[in-house]
Amino acid sequence: MAIAASSDHAEPNYIAIFIYLALLTLIELGVAYAPIPKALMVGALVGLAWTKAVLVAMYFMHLRFERRTLAVMAIVPALLVTELTFALLPDLSTRIYAHTKVIRALEKDVKGENPNAAELP
Amino acid sequence: MSQAAAVDPHAHGTHAVEPVENPLTPDSGGKLGMWMFLAADAMTFGAAIAAYGALRIGNVNWPIPSTILGIPSTAVMTFVLICSSVTMVEALSAIKRGDQQKLKLFLGLTILGGLIFLGMQAREWTHLIMTEGLSIKTSLFSATFFILTGFHGCHVTGGVIYLITQLGKAMRGTATYAGIEITGLYWHFVDLVWILIFTFIYLI
Repeated sequence: MAIAASSDHAEPNYIAIFIYLALLTLIELGVAYAPIPKALMVGALVGLAWTKAVLVAMYFMHLRFERRTLAVMAIVPALLVTELTFALLPDLSTRIYAHTKVIRALEKDVKGENPNAAELP
Repeated sequence: MSQAAAVDPHAHGTHAVEPVENPLTPDSGGKLGMWMFLAADAMTFGAAIAAYGALRIGNVNWPIPSTILGIPSTAVMTFVLICSSVTMVEALSAIKRGDQQKLKLFLGLTILGGLIFLGMQAREWTHLIMTEGLSIKTSLFSATFFILTGFHGCHVTGGVIYLITQLGKAMRGTATYAGIEITGLYWHFVDLVWILIFTFIYLI
């Protein structure tokens, strides 16, 4: 059977992509151990991870050379999962707030400073 | 776009049924099927990772992963899986050129990469269970770790079995470009998911 449509393109330089992926992995390790603020570290690591994921999807999985509607099928799960993560944030923020409030109340109680026993669980 | 050949059910003779073309992957219907499966699997992994993130953010007592997990060895595992993805695309390139020897070689190397990854994963699990005393019910950290890496490990195991069947076909001379391409899609997806798991569970 003839090898048709999607394979009729110049092959990417797979070794170059491999080198990019290896370098990005090394950079990730460097960022993970670097003495930088946590928020910056998390942002950098997430960005690096998604860059590597996109390289694998575009060049190893040949998504770059497929029809765009197929790329939509591949991208939709990523968007939905991102939306799911943000959808959980209101629940998380409530739990973090409640947890922090309880810890502060307990700390005050240990110091003998808490006038409001209702704050304790 | 060409029309699918119609088959007259009342016609006599031996007419082959033409497969209906699909507009997304006209060269291979199986490729569309694999992409659909990968999209569903991506949702499963994504939901698991999102749940992991939610549990971790909501828990102030979450341990620092690098104090418990082996980052350097896991980095080597990541590198091995990336190498196996390279050998997989080289296998696809080989069958496109009609080079059966290189096809078998690179399929074999991909299988080897998968087995090395699984062996190192098993070694890590053994250390965590036997030495650190962790289990799936020890804590949220250990539960999410074992579930996520175990689920991924099952995918790698299935991928290795899939690759072995393709190697068998290659040895019999019956492997096809479409079949190898679809196998490659699954293997690259497994690699892609590990890239994300390595970052979210081990590094952050």
